[in-house]
Amino acid sequence: MGRYRKLISGPIFESNPVAVQILGICSALAVTTKLETAFVMSVAVLLVLAFSGLSISIIRNHIPGSIRIIVEMTIIASLVIIVDQFLKAYAYETSKQLSVFVGLIITNCIVLGRAEAVALKKPPGTSFLDGIGNGLGYGLMLLIVAFFRELGGSGKLFGMSVLRLQTEGGWYLPNGLFLLAPSGFIIIGLLIWALRTWRKELSEAE
Amino acid sequence: MDWTKLFELVVSSALINNFVFTMFLGLCIFFGVSKKMETAVGMSITFTMVMVVSAALSWVVYQFIMKPLDLTFLKIIVFIGIVAAFVQSADTIMKKVSPSLYYKLGVYLALITTNCIIIAVPLKNAGEHYNFFESMAFALGSGIGFGLALIIMASIREKLEVADVPAPFRGLPISFIIAGLIALAFTGFSGLITL
Repeated sequence: MGRYRKLISGPIFESNPVAVQILGICSALAVTTKLETAFVMSVAVLLVLAFSGLSISIIRNHIPGSIRIIVEMTIIASLVIIVDQFLKAYAYETSKQLSVFVGLIITNCIVLGRAEAVALKKPPGTSFLDGIGNGLGYGLMLLIVAFFRELGGSGKLFGMSVLRLQTEGGWYLPNGLFLLAPSGFIIIGLLIWALRTWRKELSEAE
Repeated sequence: MDWTKLFELVVSSALINNFVFTMFLGLCIFFGVSKKMETAVGMSITFTMVMVVSAALSWVVYQFIMKPLDLTFLKIIVFIGIVAAFVQSADTIMKKVSPSLYYKLGVYLALITTNCIIIAVPLKNAGEHYNFFESMAFALGSGIGFGLALIIMASIREKLEVADVPAPFRGLPISFIIAGLIALAFTGFSGLITL
């Protein structure tokens, strides 16, 4: 049981895909101006990660080594198309806001990285749980960044007013910088710094 | 053909809507290869070439095959296939035709498939209904923009090698902060051209 727990909890802190391995940051920054989009994106990535791990792992003994990348890409792309079509059908507004970023889950290095590192070698159950763990780690980072950006930029959380804006008779003057691109970079930079101060062994060697 | 529109597209995709600094695409490669000037230049050249050719191929396939057959929902998988196939063949051809060039730029070719910009540009071209020349201009501008970002970052990081950075910030965190500051500078371009 402990082994399975480690599969899930490991990627959340010790080997977090975003903050420690610096993978998949493209989408981590692009969709985080609002908690809602960040949440939908996290769920999408989590599903793609878990099921691509599962399906690649099931057929891992039948994939010839030389064309494995193409096979992996095809499986991942099919899953991404399913997620994309699903969002278009049931959450059209959110899918508009996410624009091309759902499609770009394909080139998200986390997905291919987990497929190469885990799904090709381990049995389906392990790969599935590993996918869920990494998806959670990714989602956690996304939600933290989105929390700061939405709170600072528009005084809201999940679209609900938390800090009352001056324009609505409150006291908070929203800082538009949080909604712009630079804040995304800076917040991620500070997050990694905080994580490395907390867990010294993660710092880069000289 | 409307030259002004094409020029505006190149400038806007290279500077105003720079993929790296305003849309956060291609960051894995951006942080990966911006440690040295030499690799940054090699990557920029290779990337821009691959970008333009694969955007052209994707455009042709999208307009003449996928649209008539009503297969547009498959665009993600088709585009990634085109890019991967083109990169693979460029790799093989270059190895045969010009080994010296392959020796210099070959390593970057393999990396390009994992760059989100390469798939984002055909997707945007399809979404915005650009015609062939507009797609080319957009691809060229995006390539130049990525190259520009990479070279700016590489020149700063080379200097940073000798700077005294606090230990937890060393390496990636400080690079993120720098990227944020450059992105801040790039917001100054916004509103230069309205398409």
